[in-house]
Amino acid sequence: MRPRLKATDDLILNRRSFLEVTTAAAGGLLVSLYLDKLTIAQQTPPKVYPPDAFVHVRSDGKILIQVNRLEFGQGVQTSLPMILADEMDADWAQVIGELAPAADVYRDPLFGIQMVGGSGSIAHSFQQYRELGAKTRAMLVAAAANRWKLRPDQLRTENSIVYGPNNRLAMYADLANDAAKQPVPQAVTLKSPSQFRLIGKKVARLDSRSKCDGSQMFGLDRDLPGMKIAVVAHPPVFGAGIKSVDDREARTLAGVRDVFQIPLTKGTAVAIVADRFWTAKQARDRLRIDWDLTGVERPDTAQLLTRYKQLAATPGTIAVNRGDVKALDRTARANQIVAEYEFPYLAHAPMEPLNTTIRFDGDKAEAWVPSQFQTMDQMAIAEVLGLKPEKVTFHTEFAGGGFGRRAVTDSHVQREAAAIAKRLRGTPIKLIWTREDDIRGGYYRPMLVHRVEIAVGPDGMPAAWRHVIVVQSLLAGSPFAMLIKDGIDETSVEGAKDTHYNIANFQVSLHSPTVNVPVLWWRSVGHTHSAYVMETLVDELATRARLDPIAYRRKLLKPEAKKLHDVLELLDQKSGWRKTLPAGHAAGIACHESFETAVACAVDVSIENKRPKIHRATVAVHCGLAVNPLSVESQFQGGLGFGLTQLMARGAITLKDGRVEQRNFDGYAPPYIIDAPMAVDVHIVPSTDPPTGCGEPPVPVISPAVVNALSKLTRKRYRSLPLVTV
Amino acid sequence: MATYHLSVNGSRKTVDVDPSTPLLWVLREELKLTGTKFGCGISACGACTVHVDGVATRSCVVPVSLIGERPIVTIEGIANDPVGRAVQHAWVEKDVVQCGYCQSGQIMSAVALLKATPSPSDQNIEESMGGNLCRCATYVRIREAIKSASQQAR
Repeated sequence: MRPRLKATDDLILNRRSFLEVTTAAAGGLLVSLYLDKLTIAQQTPPKVYPPDAFVHVRSDGKILIQVNRLEFGQGVQTSLPMILADEMDADWAQVIGELAPAADVYRDPLFGIQMVGGSGSIAHSFQQYRELGAKTRAMLVAAAANRWKLRPDQLRTENSIVYGPNNRLAMYADLANDAAKQPVPQAVTLKSPSQFRLIGKKVARLDSRSKCDGSQMFGLDRDLPGMKIAVVAHPPVFGAGIKSVDDREARTLAGVRDVFQIPLTKGTAVAIVADRFWTAKQARDRLRIDWDLTGVERPDTAQLLTRYKQLAATPGTIAVNRGDVKALDRTARANQIVAEYEFPYLAHAPMEPLNTTIRFDGDKAEAWVPSQFQTMDQMAIAEVLGLKPEKVTFHTEFAGGGFGRRAVTDSHVQREAAAIAKRLRGTPIKLIWTREDDIRGGYYRPMLVHRVEIAVGPDGMPAAWRHVIVVQSLLAGSPFAMLIKDGIDETSVEGAKDTHYNIANFQVSLHSPTVNVPVLWWRSVGHTHSAYVMETLVDELATRARLDPIAYRRKLLKPEAKKLHDVLELLDQKSGWRKTLPAGHAAGIACHESFETAVACAVDVSIENKRPKIHRATVAVHCGLAVNPLSVESQFQGGLGFGLTQLMARGAITLKDGRVEQRNFDGYAPPYIIDAPMAVDVHIVPSTDPPTGCGEPPVPVISPAVVNALSKLTRKRYRSLPLVTV
Repeated sequence: MATYHLSVNGSRKTVDVDPSTPLLWVLREELKLTGTKFGCGISACGACTVHVDGVATRSCVVPVSLIGERPIVTIEGIANDPVGRAVQHAWVEKDVVQCGYCQSGQIMSAVALLKATPSPSDQNIEESMGGNLCRCATYVRIREAIKSASQQAR
């Protein structure tokens, strides 16, 4: 294909040729995570993608494939190229996956912005990458056919070679220049699943080696000539301003270049720029800042809990109402379950601290960002610098985790970095958030109270279910606020409102209080808490009914919840160990469907040192066609571990008088190896349905499965997290 | 500022830095060895683990002034060691990494474990790897890879 000089050259070309798509995609910002598929299909016009923006066949035979996503552990830098390479019949050993810069052509085909979220990378780009691969192959075949004066249907392809009759062959690399001159085919025939060579196979990650020898560059590793390091002193209470700053002592340190105030999304902060990180951090420690807390709400989680519990005592805005939940009021107390759940704020705490590098050159800028929201982060930087977005060349950097924390609608880290770069025009600056900035910096999974009243029928099944949820809205005040319909933010009630359990008299209602704590989606979003509530209560009902927890769930599930039935059946087959557990061990079960992927999980748990010890976990998954089963297995093994964050003894962010009480991994401690399952076996329901996501669906099931096992050992119910004591 | 002569991955390096600067930032910013990662700054996550005189050390809390003559090995130099090579090989073979940010530290801790305890039990693994945080929670495969490397190294 055309030699690629620099990413920027291609961007200009693509933008010109895709003006129409661009216009539509800007409107596509309206399309978001929680509209149903039909609405999306109506709003998003069919797109044509230029193969040359995604594939570059180099003369040395290497095939560079642009990945329209952030790679931050989920494995798309391998699996998206797999899809394209399969249809292209490329030699996999020669494939290199590159993270695409911000450009309209790399926007998510359904969401309309360039982003990672909603477990949509494979689900949304599967068809797109297949077609790109097939079109590229067709162009290479057409070039060979021209050269040999044959028809394309006389040729076949394999491993980056076009074969013709009479032992003729041509390498893709030798055909690339001619192929680039071929017209892009309008329609192509895709492979049938039986023809796949890569899709559906266990393929090792492309980034494995570089991540084992220290050579993989992450955002924080970016180094540019003349670059300076910036750190920021953030207000101790969200949104506070500044009365005065005494920076005399800070400025005495050799290597400190500048100290100045910058505006935040809310409030004001002080930026320090120095030659080195350690100097900048020491200088920050020496600042004397008199913060202005006038008129700033100082949230306090103990008081919030009281307020939330009061709210939960009465129904809120109705999210769903079926049948007649008043049946509850006619039910004898002995046949009722009344359960109140408490969940704390949670930090995402990705391993790589938040960072952004920017160089502002007056009329243009260049940015290096480990970003889940390229389109929005690029726009935010441009806005602060007074540039048009296309004047900001935006490189997507590999990220050390994210879990939602790098998908922030106000792009606050990028805005800070841009404000600093603006002042240091011409000098590249790397903004580094320390771990303390991260843990105390907000944008948490919100705190919640759920209150559920259940009338238990004579058959042991729930006859009525009244459910009140109290939680800050994730969407309110964001560009996605228009998705709040009739007072309901779907991210607050998902997983409960749309439960697949068949409960005739069912009501879920919502209170959405406003609190001065920034909140954000946390891997699996609303399902982090809704699955915990649903799955612990259903387990309690099963215990009460003296039924096997898998059998009870299958009895309660709607017959049409086919994926959940499939995974429960598979789990039942694969968890025979449940029947032969040693004394002191118990099995716990949970199942949940999120992002169209169904998951069922069984865990073998004992109590060691007053903590749950998870000896094994068996997981059954229905994710449609598993593009890379090795990667699906990784996501499930790891996603279970991530989900355990909310069971950790020190797994809570708390605030007192407006100040976050935790500072680092000493006060907020996520799961370490001892907390994680010792072994996880993952079983995938065979399917040729379109692939669905695997990043988030592992997270919701693990915590309820573990506490359901604990309940069997202790006869206690675990309705308040974190799990401080067993 | 002060001048320090360090032995890093078998090479002599001279740096001119503030004596309080943690070894981590000397490696990353002065010597451009960015494979060693910043995660917490308080020795609570293990992403910055290097070997100082063969001992797995959290470089984020060790001032450069305390290193002296002791040789430093980082992830960039661990392949020079047969156990290091075996561990890296096992990590790739088991497809351990996800985001990969913590894995330099995980590998450095695993090499130190296997050098001291060539056939570690699950309990040995949990103790030696107990301070290395992985937010992707690749722990299941880390455990498998250590056992696999243990087989290969012997």
